[in-house]
Amino acid sequence: MEYQLTYNQYKEALKENKLLGLRCRECGAYTVPPKKVCLECGSEDLEVVKLSGKGVIRTFTVTRVPPEGFKGPYIIALIELEEGPWLMGNVVGVDPDQASMDLIGKAVKLGHTVHPGDKFSAGELVAATFSLEN
Amino acid sequence: MREVAVVGVGMTKFGVSEKTNVEMFSEAAMEAINQSGIKPKDIQALFLGNTWGDFEEGQVALASFAAADIGLPNIPAMRFEGICASASVALRDAFMWVASGFYDLVLVGGTERACIMGTPYATRAFATGSDGRYEFPCGITFPSVFGMMAHLYAKKYSIPLDKLKEQMALVAIKNHQNAKFNPKAHFPLSIQDIMENRRKRAEKQGKSTPNWADEMAFLHDPSVNPLIADPLQLYDCCPFSDGAAALVLASAEKAKKLTDKPVYIAGVGLASNGPLHNQKDITRVKAREISAKQAYDMAGLGPQDIDVCELHDCFTIAEIAATEGLGFFDFGKGAEAVEKGETKIGGKIAINPSGGLKAKGHPVGATGVAQAYEIVKQLRGECGGRQVEGARIGMTDTLGGDLCTVCNIILKRGW
Repeated sequence: MEYQLTYNQYKEALKENKLLGLRCRECGAYTVPPKKVCLECGSEDLEVVKLSGKGVIRTFTVTRVPPEGFKGPYIIALIELEEGPWLMGNVVGVDPDQASMDLIGKAVKLGHTVHPGDKFSAGELVAATFSLEN
Repeated sequence: MREVAVVGVGMTKFGVSEKTNVEMFSEAAMEAINQSGIKPKDIQALFLGNTWGDFEEGQVALASFAAADIGLPNIPAMRFEGICASASVALRDAFMWVASGFYDLVLVGGTERACIMGTPYATRAFATGSDGRYEFPCGITFPSVFGMMAHLYAKKYSIPLDKLKEQMALVAIKNHQNAKFNPKAHFPLSIQDIMENRRKRAEKQGKSTPNWADEMAFLHDPSVNPLIADPLQLYDCCPFSDGAAALVLASAEKAKKLTDKPVYIAGVGLASNGPLHNQKDITRVKAREISAKQAYDMAGLGPQDIDVCELHDCFTIAEIAATEGLGFFDFGKGAEAVEKGETKIGGKIAINPSGGLKAKGHPVGATGVAQAYEIVKQLRGECGGRQVEGARIGMTDTLGGDLCTVCNIILKRGW
């Protein structure tokens, strides 16, 4: 069976602030970012769905020594999405120097940012971003 | 399966080196071969860990060139990549090939020359160990992963962040104290020594000399210990290092003829974890719990039997999480155990007597075998000021990438 939701399709949707994922027809679990099979039960019987893009911050850091091609400081977080999976993204709209433990548990919504990429990245890079709700 | 023993060990000094990956490996390899009382022509296969040779020197095919450099005669020579666990992954495979009876005598090791890259490019190269499609676009770095681990640990176990940071600082203080007695360490210096050196340098340059009350005050000073990835500061992080390490493995029968101090490989474990988003609660590394259980079960041992452990303290919080994942302390109690001195030499369990990745250094592709090198030396009683008295059973723990690979090796005295 062909790969159902490729990185390229996922990335193009993210560029329109749409978060695509896979819903398992066997167990109902969501797999985001996409994989070949359901992350919970291993089934290949998946449908492509649009997720809400909403979730809460579970943990974060402020990256102050970035890799070549990035400019710090910036916030990276792991978000627990409304549908269950966790997703990495940059928290935007919060001053990195003001970021504190209070961020954990905060409700967020999805956006995106595009980096040009480098010679190792196989093209441009699109990252999920998250901004605080309200 | 047959019993397999380590019969010889070798390691370069870790630090900043002008030597190539092959040259460093050759030095470590010949030390191990000479110590074993054999010749290169006796070796039947080479298992070589290396992670970023492509980025460092534009060099792949490293295993073949390394074999040729020490005159290994046209034998199978294989490179293993398991990010920071590369050499441990190579060691586990080497063990299995000898245990299976396919080979009697093999060479295993690792080499890495990271410093030549400089920090921005090295940070980019190291980030190739992250999920390149779905996580690297966020600008993720290894310190960032462990910064997120530390924040989640503080939240999960309701430890005030300032308190956790002090407990993490104690890991750095302990490991630097241990490295003071390891002449091969990248930083054979206690934090106290580093502090004094800083003070003397400032004095010499006629600058105002800071007056830190103690090591903790030094570590609290952001001018010498800046934030890298919150809440991790510079001294929470291991360095980029250059270096190599090697071991000669032999079947038990052959080992008895070569040495009167064979160190047996009692158990091995290896597990994978996928990208970080798969893992959710990153305070617990599932791959470690699976890998450690494999190693304990194979050895017929448990955490209470381990006298000394070299584990993956790439960051101070990583050491705390590892001591829990390996079963030495309950989950959520690892940070407190550091505070009580239970991980010092002479404590409940000696953790990282070599100085660990933190102070001994972390030449990534060599690290796992360098950990085994230390355990073998400890079991043989050859560690001088950092010796864990009477150590009979030791363990290594190597963590690769964004917690995506873990390998464990249990070693025991064969005499």
